[in-house]
Amino acid sequence: MSDSKKILIYGFGNPGRKDDGLGYQFVEHFSKWTSENSINNVQFDCNYQLNIEDAELISTKDIVLFVDASVEDIEEFSISKIDGSSDLAFTTHEASPGYIYYLCEKLFKKTPSAYLLHIKGYNWNFEEGISDKATKNLQKSIEYIKSIFLDGNDIELNFSSAINKNL
Amino acid sequence: MHYGQFFQSHVLHFFHLASPDLLFGIDAAPEMRNIIGVAKENKHLAVMGVMMRKFGQEIIKVTAGKKIHGTGAIPGGINKHLTEEERDYFLKGDQNQNVDQMIDWSLEALDFLKDYHKKNKDFIDNFASFPSNHLSLVRKDGALDLYHGVLRAVDKDGNKILNDVDYQEYLNYIGESVKSWSFMKFPYLKHLGLEKGWYRVGPLARLNTCDYIPSRLADKEFEEFKAYTNGKPNNMTMHYHWARLIETLHAAEVMKDLLNDPDLLSGERVVKGTRQDEGIGLIEAPRGTLFHHYRVNADDQITMANLIVSTTNNNDPMNLAVDSAAKQMMTDQPVITEAMTNAVEVAIRAYDPCLSCATHALGQMPLQITMKNEKNEILDIKTT
Repeated sequence: MSDSKKILIYGFGNPGRKDDGLGYQFVEHFSKWTSENSINNVQFDCNYQLNIEDAELISTKDIVLFVDASVEDIEEFSISKIDGSSDLAFTTHEASPGYIYYLCEKLFKKTPSAYLLHIKGYNWNFEEGISDKATKNLQKSIEYIKSIFLDGNDIELNFSSAINKNL
Repeated sequence: MHYGQFFQSHVLHFFHLASPDLLFGIDAAPEMRNIIGVAKENKHLAVMGVMMRKFGQEIIKVTAGKKIHGTGAIPGGINKHLTEEERDYFLKGDQNQNVDQMIDWSLEALDFLKDYHKKNKDFIDNFASFPSNHLSLVRKDGALDLYHGVLRAVDKDGNKILNDVDYQEYLNYIGESVKSWSFMKFPYLKHLGLEKGWYRVGPLARLNTCDYIPSRLADKEFEEFKAYTNGKPNNMTMHYHWARLIETLHAAEVMKDLLNDPDLLSGERVVKGTRQDEGIGLIEAPRGTLFHHYRVNADDQITMANLIVSTTNNNDPMNLAVDSAAKQMMTDQPVITEAMTNAVEVAIRAYDPCLSCATHALGQMPLQITMKNEKNEILDIKTT
């Protein structure tokens, strides 16, 4: 892996709500893998929700991958592009990746290549731990993102080619 | 950690939730009433808000260990010191992320609000205002204290109605009533009864109960705040934001003092005590006084828990503020407008960013508003 672009992988969700912790689990697993494979240009972060200050954080990166659990009608996981036309939802308990990206663009004049990895979840009860079915999706998504990193091509191109595929 | 939490919470509350109402007015289009709108109108204010919030969050991260499942706070103390490198990041770091910059920006935010107040005196002084009692923790010498002290309450004229009592005995002083139309409890001072014993908590209440603020710049601002009401309690709801920004400055000053305290880097981390079956804790959270009371059995299982959170303490005054805003905006009007519904939100936002913080409701919370005339005839219905 020769690409030295500054990359941020940011998982968000509540690990106390079963599969809502998929983003957090992704970061836990993937950060171990990058560490074991001496991939040093990737920074990891995770939180219960995205916050406005994350606009400044992503402004310092070339590529950003947000990772979140999904209730949407997808198979196992999907990757979508985040840009100025994305959903701009914001409340005190929720800021969408599109909102963070838009703030980054407006306040810091930076436009990193940003993507959202959605991993399908099924159980949202007040418990810790990922359901068996979602764990399979998590593992598959990890393997897929690993393949993007291990491929000899430009990482950005690899992400771009994965956009909107229902994986 | 506590002051980092105060700082970031107050910054989020003011810059990202309240300032759009001030910049654009309560009747502005919803798409403008957010930080994106602020960014378009006053980019510096928006950047300042983002960077101040980041500072507070970074303080929490360093002291708690990590953002999710923080491990820094343990019973009796903390499990780690800060490293010199971590401390210096906040003391001498990047110009947008050091504590002196946070103090300067807190002062700048206060100037912004005071300037707005001068130009919009009627709105800031009169919107959803009403007299009330005020309750908070204060230090034993009467100073503002957000972490430990005694319980004090004053009435609308400044008379002490709860005189620096031990919060371990809160059940002797605080009652909690229930009403059929609400899931929230209604706390009140027992000796005054349900009708007269309700009170406000939070920034406005804290500045009404304390005698002074133990940090230089914030105390200077406090003097100006008190002078506005000739030393009497301030009962103007929108002045919550003024008090909030004074506390933001105080938090920044205290963080600077703590960062310069050598105990942050080394020394004893935990105070040990004897295990007990019952515990009562009380602190000032950003939005107000927070009571926690637990009993456990021999297996350390919780057998009783009673919480009175800030928003619950403010239940009665928030209802009154909504009532006042609705009457101010809706009287003699034929239909429900966006400005009317936002006025209700503005009144709530003076106390709390949103009610969901207190209820943690599941799913969607559609709000239906029905407007009726004096004959009880429906004029308009709006669902948000």
